[in-house]
Amino acid sequence: MGKVTQITTPLTDDMLEKLHIGDRVLITGTLFTARDAAHKRLVELVREGKALPFDIKGAIIYYVGPTPPKPGSVIGSAGPTSSYRMDSYAPLLIAQGLKGMIGKGARGKEVVEAMQKYKAVYFVATGGAGALISKTIKKAEVVAYEDLGAEAIRKLEVENFPALVVNDIYGNDFYEEGWKQYKKV
Amino acid sequence: MYLRKITAKEITETVRKLCIESNTILGDDIIESYNQGLEKEVSPVGKDVFRQLLENAKIAKDESLAVCQDTGMVIVFIELGQDVHVVGGNVNEAITEGVRQGYKDGCFRASTLDPLTRKNLGDNTPPVIHVEVVPGNKLKLSVLTKGFGGEMMSRVIAFPPAVGIEGVKRYVVERVEESGANPCPPVIVGVGIGGTFEKAAIIAKKALLRPVGKRHSHPEIAKLEEELLKKINQLGIGPQGLGGTITALDVHIETYPTHIASIPVAVNIQCHSNRHREAIL
Repeated sequence: MGKVTQITTPLTDDMLEKLHIGDRVLITGTLFTARDAAHKRLVELVREGKALPFDIKGAIIYYVGPTPPKPGSVIGSAGPTSSYRMDSYAPLLIAQGLKGMIGKGARGKEVVEAMQKYKAVYFVATGGAGALISKTIKKAEVVAYEDLGAEAIRKLEVENFPALVVNDIYGNDFYEEGWKQYKKV
Repeated sequence: MYLRKITAKEITETVRKLCIESNTILGDDIIESYNQGLEKEVSPVGKDVFRQLLENAKIAKDESLAVCQDTGMVIVFIELGQDVHVVGGNVNEAITEGVRQGYKDGCFRASTLDPLTRKNLGDNTPPVIHVEVVPGNKLKLSVLTKGFGGEMMSRVIAFPPAVGIEGVKRYVVERVEESGANPCPPVIVGVGIGGTFEKAAIIAKKALLRPVGKRHSHPEIAKLEEELLKKINQLGIGPQGLGGTITALDVHIETYPTHIASIPVAVNIQCHSNRHREAIL
């Protein structure tokens, strides 16, 4: 397995230059959550030239729609959702300064090209490990689109959130490498 | 003929409990498949995925927390004994109320919405209910709380007979390959062969209720399941699609007679956390 790097938000180009596919990272700092419905609204704001509800420069968006918190908890189960559904929105946000995305599953060509062009990284977290991942989330507050329920944009404060670099700024793809290595047919 | 009475309230209470258990406690068959995966997977990254899944399952069970944030859409299979008389309410409403209560009390995600307006319905109802009337005076409820990562990768197709069983096999393997990392591998593959457009899909889904590791009782179908499992595990997709030797935990096939003009095939993909619970009233 790749080396483990501790990273803190906001992300900078200097930090991203050192990350390569297969590297494990432990993220500490702020993540913003957004799924399909929130992405649609964010992209509409960008197209209309309006301000986004959070500072996207250097930010990481986590593709997640958590379960509601149980009494006394910060958040419920909170693992990644499939990223390809955000592919049609992601390049525009990357062009606005988004530096990291966390989800699961492969990204489309346009997203990979935008990551290389503007310097951004795609991380994956373990899908279906929502209970385990929730332990790294220390604070959660809705910052926009409360009407979307689980799909609202939340600001999460995380400590040592575990993820893996799947697309780096050099155009590499860890999924492709992995499949090539183990494919027997 | 004596009719056995079952109250709508019992049905609601049972569905509520099954929804909560299904979302928080993985079956022994699933845990066993993770333990075997941890032992057999060759890729270090893949091994680590199994380690995380085992830890996740333990936290979820101990804290009664949802295994996954996608607590799914609820599918209920009912086997209704023909000598059962449900009293004190309507069966569909009783089940729906059980889902509503289970999702509220379990702190699970409300994921259902109107398909046109995309407005969330707020309580994760309605469930999808399949009823089969059977002999006897019992009522069996099987609750499947299915996430949509796998559901999105599932397909139904009707092949002409010339495609043959080899073509069916190719289709199933290609479906898993094209799904890649999206449905949260290692997956469980439910396959329905035969019937009609909807029957193929229903038996493919019902196949997911069979415990992982249990072969079909018909030796030819069991052989086909083993052959497909082997082929799928040669794809190299691996746990979470990060490369490895375990892409599927199992393949379950169900068949039904079909028409001379066709071979309907349904592939229902299920993520590694196959969450279902059964009860007999």
